[in-house]
Amino acid sequence: MDFLDYTLEELHEKLVSKELTAVELMESVYENIAQTDEQVGAFLTLSKEEALAAAKEMDEQGIDENNVLSGLPIGIKDNISTKGIKTTAASKMLEDFVPVYDATVIEKLKQAGMIMVGKLNMDEFAMGGSTENSAFQITRNPWDLTKVPGGSSGGSAAAVAAGLVPVSLGSDTGGSVREPAAFTGLVGMKPTYGRVSRYGLIAFASSLDQIGPFTRTVKDNALVLNAISGTDEKDSTSYQGDTPDFTEDIDKGVKGLRIGVPKEYFHEDAQEPGVIESVRQALDFYEKMGAEIVEVSLPHSEYGIPAYYIIASSEASSNLQRFDGIRYGYRSEKIESLEDIYIKSRSEGFGKEVKRRIMLGTFSLSSGFYDAHFKKAAQARTLIRQDFEKVFEDVDVIVAPTTTTTAFEIGGKIKDPLAMYMSDILTVPVNLAGVPSLSIPCGFSNNMPVGMQIIGKHFDEKTIYRTAYAFEKENDYHTKKPSFRGGE
Amino acid sequence: MAINEETVKQVAKLAKLEFDDSTIDSITKELDQIVEMVEKLDALDTEGVEGTYHGLPQTNVWREDVVQKGTDREDLFKNVKTRKDGYIEVPAMFDNGGSEA
Amino acid sequence: MNLEPVIGLEVHVELKTDSKMFSPSPAHFGAEPNTNTNVIDWGHPGVLPVVNKRAIEFGMRAALTLNCGIADYTKFDRKNYFYPDNPKAYQISQFDKPIGFDGWIEIDVKGEKKKIRIERVHLEEDAGKNTHGDNGSSFVDLNRQGTPLIEIVSEADMRSPEEAQAYLDTIKQLIQFTKVSDVKMQEGSMRCDANISLRPFGQEEFGTKTELKNLNSFNNVRKGLEHEIVRQEKILNAGGILQQETRRFDETTGETILMRVKEGSSDYRYFPEPDIPNLKISEDWINDVRASLPEMPKERQSRYINDYSLPEYDAGVLTATVEMSDFFQETVDYAADPKQVSNWLMGEVSAYLNSEHLEFSETKLTPKALAEMITLIEDGTISSKIAKKVFKELITNGSDDVKALVEEKGWVQLSDPAKLLPIISETLDNNEQSIEDYKNGKDRALGFLVGSVMKQTRGKANPGVVNKLLKEEMDKR
Repeated sequence: MDFLDYTLEELHEKLVSKELTAVELMESVYENIAQTDEQVGAFLTLSKEEALAAAKEMDEQGIDENNVLSGLPIGIKDNISTKGIKTTAASKMLEDFVPVYDATVIEKLKQAGMIMVGKLNMDEFAMGGSTENSAFQITRNPWDLTKVPGGSSGGSAAAVAAGLVPVSLGSDTGGSVREPAAFTGLVGMKPTYGRVSRYGLIAFASSLDQIGPFTRTVKDNALVLNAISGTDEKDSTSYQGDTPDFTEDIDKGVKGLRIGVPKEYFHEDAQEPGVIESVRQALDFYEKMGAEIVEVSLPHSEYGIPAYYIIASSEASSNLQRFDGIRYGYRSEKIESLEDIYIKSRSEGFGKEVKRRIMLGTFSLSSGFYDAHFKKAAQARTLIRQDFEKVFEDVDVIVAPTTTTTAFEIGGKIKDPLAMYMSDILTVPVNLAGVPSLSIPCGFSNNMPVGMQIIGKHFDEKTIYRTAYAFEKENDYHTKKPSFRGGE
Repeated sequence: MAINEETVKQVAKLAKLEFDDSTIDSITKELDQIVEMVEKLDALDTEGVEGTYHGLPQTNVWREDVVQKGTDREDLFKNVKTRKDGYIEVPAMFDNGGSEA
Repeated sequence: MNLEPVIGLEVHVELKTDSKMFSPSPAHFGAEPNTNTNVIDWGHPGVLPVVNKRAIEFGMRAALTLNCGIADYTKFDRKNYFYPDNPKAYQISQFDKPIGFDGWIEIDVKGEKKKIRIERVHLEEDAGKNTHGDNGSSFVDLNRQGTPLIEIVSEADMRSPEEAQAYLDTIKQLIQFTKVSDVKMQEGSMRCDANISLRPFGQEEFGTKTELKNLNSFNNVRKGLEHEIVRQEKILNAGGILQQETRRFDETTGETILMRVKEGSSDYRYFPEPDIPNLKISEDWINDVRASLPEMPKERQSRYINDYSLPEYDAGVLTATVEMSDFFQETVDYAADPKQVSNWLMGEVSAYLNSEHLEFSETKLTPKALAEMITLIEDGTISSKIAKKVFKELITNGSDDVKALVEEKGWVQLSDPAKLLPIISETLDNNEQSIEDYKNGKDRALGFLVGSVMKQTRGKANPGVVNKLLKEEMDKR
């Protein structure tokens, strides 16, 4: 069974018609993983026993015809808490950590009948843009195994791109779903902040984190977002308003839609030409389909990176203090005092990039620097948010490249933290503003997939999906396969 | 240079991290570069701008005062390295102060 | 040099909610270690705090009672520090927008009244408990972790340990009346840290202060401050210089012991809690909470004086604690005579509670029973002598129906003339001499006769009725 050939709805059909049982489907998943994942390195932990048991139960009670997700396999980023299944955030700190509760998204997926295949590799604590910061393994880009899959949700992206699972969940704090989606030719959603519960997502930056799905197609993506969205009484930052059906009106087309094109996101001299070219062609397509293309400005974009790195690192420095070697997680062997538990466990348990960000964040919050760093960044965030609000008074969606380049070489940026940080330049403003953004494949550059992000108003994921679907329907980028999976 | 070794050591103390002699140089340099980058914000006029500290500007989200049974103690202790009689055991600290609360 | 103490107090009060401040686990005192905890209290990866609405209302109640303004917009902040009883390594507290601010209370030291200003009242979560063993280990129990607290910070307005104690007494009394806390120092639901410095009289500037911790009883607050004044005086008068330090009161030696010297102020890296949305407190909400506040001691006192004609002294004693005051009120509401109720509460009841070291709630006495008993005394059903027996029974075993109880026990007074007359006649028949003495104006003879009747009835006869019947019968002879 090669998932690259089927959408979720098609797989659902096969299960309903009994052409395929849930157990057969699940067995083929693990066969695929056994054959392929050695090269890709997407999975950290497989929950085969639990998955096969769940599939068996699903077959026995019968596939729910009205529930398109029932019995379908899904991969989960390893920073989402799964009861009884090791959850490491790709950190030595949590190498042996087995959670005692399920994240809200996991409960919701279970209710929808989806079956978890295993846990996916990532940059340690979601900090990074290449998945090279994992304490355990690197993950390779299925389109070119010498290249990174992006990050931090690189395992989630690679697993879907390699056809190991039809769908996966990642998390996006500054681009960690969209960048890997762009690098691996997938559809990846960063929902509006508050759309999806964060309960059970190991916090990186609490005011920025959102969980979102990776899929091959736009509609698949909307279907999975349907399943995981909604107000959660365990997360008071979850949106208290209503959750629509994201597939509704998906086929309405773009005629009459006003699409904003932010000039700050198109820097011919600083971006890979093939990326800009692909996005411009997509814009031409939209114009042909009857959308109105409007040049807009997001003038504070250049402050996105500094504001983001201060805010995200400051929140992270506080969020990661609970990893102290006392109640769970790594504890150093060299303990003589309480101070040792803290300092040695944390210094040995956290990787380089994590420590770097904890240091930056601690510094930014420390007395004497709070005003110039943290407070200033919070003010810049307001201005960035206002940029979007102003533009959205005039347009329905914003379209821009997701990344400045296509996937880069493994080892290419890892020694240069600043270069790595700068690669988030087109994704972080969205997180700072809290708006939703979907990356979809829109072409190839240097034989690697190019991603285009469609940014929407707060809680208007529907218009994003509609815009994306209009493109996908008339183009075939989403049907291309990486060469090692039999593509050209 | 915005960041020197002294600052790094001070910040590390707050963050309960330590850097040995072989890494202190590189972390100092990296942090210095990063801080220099983030201080680009200095150029931005934020006079009178309210800061944004939350992902979503909603207010008054709470729960009613209803008790739910705690998590099973044995489950909680599965990940604890050292325990005694239902307590988490840790090395004693020097001062006797208890928490700040 | 003559030095003046300057004292400010930080009082922590645990709020009596059912569940914790930010998690739904039980907020109860005294369970097995780590059994009233959940993954949120343990700070497991991925958990999130959700505010307990009642804790906010309780905080507002307390703040209003302390005459504070209530913030129309408030928020929570993280206070970052590592400690084994602080699982997230940050405490969710309130930094620059406390729920209550600019309050005051009036204290009374030996009849002298003084206003003490309150800088702020803020909400926060309590930490767990860290117990030190003697084997180089300490032991963490997270049951208390997340219990809602308010911290009440006074201005440095107190000038003596007596004022500090009066301040604490008053805070305890007021908070107790709001019913948001048990405010028991011995159980830790009220805790106190003190800041104290000395300065020459007349100088406006504050001296170097010491922070005193571990003041776990009212006595220790006073003793700790007294000791600290002597210690600081010695240093200053010898021309020494004080350092800013945190000291701990040692109960066994009665001295304060150095814990740590402050290196600048600790860097808690406060920042707004991103996991909890801000709070908007509407005028309507504040008014609702204000309206729900119970009557405070001062108001109760004047009502007792005006409506029940109680002496000022009684009114003061009856409102010293909310238990006493509520008990009094409920008993009076059962139509018992207020002065009688007051006499019983200030007399027998208080004596019993003191000698047995009990509180109202720990006895079987109910307001209804006390009221019934008082009524039975008044209508002559029982004698005031028997009443002491009845009271003992009511407070140790309780009763739903005191009248039935005294009947069952045979404690009812004999007041029926038809039943008493035969005994009286017999007594008179056997005491001719006494009748004569009585007729000759010897009052003691009547007393002897009454005593004799009482003896024959084993104390059950109503002495008033006996008195009257004896006179009538003797007049007839």
